[in-house]
Amino acid sequence: MPSYVITEKCDGCKAQDKTACQYICPNDLMTLNRDIMKAYNQEPDQCWECYNCVKICPQQAIEVRGYQDFNPLGGNVIPMRGTDSIMWTIKFRNGSLKRFKFPIRTTPEGSIDPYKGKPEPDYSKLKSPGYFNYEARKSAQIK
Amino acid sequence: MEKETCNFSYCAKPEIVEIETDLLLIGGGMACCGAAYEAARWATPKGIRVTMVDKAATDRSGAVAMGLSAINTYCGENDPADYVKYVRADLMGIIREDLVFDLGRHVDNSVHLFEEWGLPIWKKADDGFSLDGFQARDQGKAMLKDGGTPVRSGKWQIMINGESYKVIVAEAAKKALEYNRQATGVPQNHFERVFIVKLIHDANDPKRVAAAAGFSVRENKVYIFKAKAMINASGGAVNVFRPRSTKEGQGRAWYPVWNSGSGYALGMQAGAELTMMENRFVPARFKDGYGPVGAWFLFFKAKATNSYGEDYCATHLEETKKLYSPYAEKLGTAIRNHMMMLDMKAGKGPILMNTHTAMQELAKTMDAKRIKHLEAEAWEDFLDMCIGQAGLWACKNVEPDKEPSEIMPTEPYLLGSHAGCAGFWCSGPGDIPGTPEHYSWGYNRMSTVPGLFMAGDICGASGHKFSSGSHAEGRLAAKGAIAFLLDHADYKPTIKETPDQIAAELYLPFEVYEKYKTFSTDPSMNPHYIRPNMLQARLQKIADEYFGGISTWYMTSKTMLEEGLKQLELLKEDASKSAASNLHELMRAWENFHRILSVEAHARHILFREESRYPGYYYRGDFLAINDKDWKCFVNSKYDAATNTWELRKVPYVQMFAD
Repeated sequence: MPSYVITEKCDGCKAQDKTACQYICPNDLMTLNRDIMKAYNQEPDQCWECYNCVKICPQQAIEVRGYQDFNPLGGNVIPMRGTDSIMWTIKFRNGSLKRFKFPIRTTPEGSIDPYKGKPEPDYSKLKSPGYFNYEARKSAQIK
Repeated sequence: MEKETCNFSYCAKPEIVEIETDLLLIGGGMACCGAAYEAARWATPKGIRVTMVDKAATDRSGAVAMGLSAINTYCGENDPADYVKYVRADLMGIIREDLVFDLGRHVDNSVHLFEEWGLPIWKKADDGFSLDGFQARDQGKAMLKDGGTPVRSGKWQIMINGESYKVIVAEAAKKALEYNRQATGVPQNHFERVFIVKLIHDANDPKRVAAAAGFSVRENKVYIFKAKAMINASGGAVNVFRPRSTKEGQGRAWYPVWNSGSGYALGMQAGAELTMMENRFVPARFKDGYGPVGAWFLFFKAKATNSYGEDYCATHLEETKKLYSPYAEKLGTAIRNHMMMLDMKAGKGPILMNTHTAMQELAKTMDAKRIKHLEAEAWEDFLDMCIGQAGLWACKNVEPDKEPSEIMPTEPYLLGSHAGCAGFWCSGPGDIPGTPEHYSWGYNRMSTVPGLFMAGDICGASGHKFSSGSHAEGRLAAKGAIAFLLDHADYKPTIKETPDQIAAELYLPFEVYEKYKTFSTDPSMNPHYIRPNMLQARLQKIADEYFGGISTWYMTSKTMLEEGLKQLELLKEDASKSAASNLHELMRAWENFHRILSVEAHARHILFREESRYPGYYYRGDFLAINDKDWKCFVNSKYDAATNTWELRKVPYVQMFAD
């Protein structure tokens, strides 16, 4: 389902330091048309429909339209991603709707302190099993 | 055919940025994030500089970019030795048991870290039903590391709310890199949107690699990273075979569409030995949308049948055993594909996942509130990791509790972290009892190129790592690499190529395009060059028709492979006439060169192995059976990029864990 950008809503991320969709797209698809200062998907047939551009867009200007080589028209899936959960709205071709909300994170964004409370590395164990903070498990099947 | 060269007569010369580091991490997915986390901890007190270079934005790069609904490797209450047996059975008897055991004994710690960092993990409620990550937290359920009980969808799998899985793991990796950067005082050690094209040998020791060269896909800059050791974790290969979808839907590959075989190509060109490149993965997934089936099979207990309601894994087992015993009985992923396809070829399709009967069965034990929770769980499975499948069901008005959905085997993929094991021949840890000598040469996860380590999808003969195992393996490789660096502290990487030569090589597709683009009135139709999308189409057609893709029901043979390899050689030559009109296309040009090398390795391995080891993934029509007597061994290969020649050999398999 390639992403598309709604002309009226996209502001080219003028107020941001970078274009959000262009920053995040894992496949380098979203690009900014500098003449009109609006983003577009430059290679729709290489879109994985990962929705990362949709989720990150500060204007909610990006949606996804099903790949037309196998999707009938009319359905869509729209996320609203918050800081700790995500809300999904699924619209069916026949007009019926489903809504779901799921957790995405139990800690505040940016709060990870990677080595806090973790041991210093013990270099005498560098060539032994285990990580700096973890002793490798043993197997009952190895004598 | 005249060879094209670049001396910047037509295209503009880029700025060249040279960076010196100690440990270079190539990639940004789960394995590389694991490598960053472990490496920075060991490296920093010793003043070792760690640098990561990712072709995308690390928050959403790699195979977990969209998210996941399950972690497929968590040993928990199980013995890691049993994990080895499960992986061995699924991969038709030939795996590196040392690597797999090593992964199994470490992987749980990565999962514990994910939970600590904020990944919501489902827990079992007191009444046996499932709680999502918030419910579990709010009810005070223990974390996994403190003995909390996960919701198992299978013996090794646990359910998560994984929309932000990669964002969380990336945050920890980026902070780890920042910790290292501040301590070592370098201006920058995390590069996004820089695509590594090739590794460069050391001028004094041609066995080693001294640098990695790539370019920014955002600005006209070529990067040369000199490093004393490297971890290559840049993924497997997708869209190398002609996909079932014909137009836009090609993007809806099962495996992430941006994994372009770079992991294989970088290592191969450096001279690292490959193993089991004949292996591939052909997942059976919901048709077209390629939505996951694991939770449907394992968690919701859905049954797959042909359109007559028959279980193909029962009706075809006896005839399958005739060719593929004792592997058929284990009902591994390849074998289940094989039996499914017997029904498809007999016209008994569509093959159906009976979601409706499974949900109706489960609903019998539930009240209305729980049924609603169950429905949400079923949809979350798609929304977390394959949103397009949810969209396809919406477009087709599919209600999974009322009707079945079609499943189908996809086009082939090359990878080594899921139910596949194509990759590099890497050193194991060496301490596990029964390890043969040829499995270990000093540093864990080091390839046959000293100082070049492999992790994730491209560390071979050790599949079923999945996301958690890839992270865990990145950490193991990082430890190995730090040990290597401390043992070889006096090494100074030097390269004989000048920065200008490297830039010219990388920018050749620009030069070709600029030189010829005005020859015709439309630059897309021009006899002097080939654009990346056409190169990819030709590669996919060759792979599909000659190397056992969907159009031949995964069938190939010596004669077919040999013809296909001839055509592939012409394509490889033509790749030197790739043309790129912008940085995005320049990336595509080099990605597709990486794809060509990956496919060539795949075809040459299939040609060498004279049996059909993975029925359901591919068949040698001239050797249709599994032949344990001659072929219960690894196939390893080495590519010499300078002479464009290959060496293939058998390597003994050793069973380290009894049945």
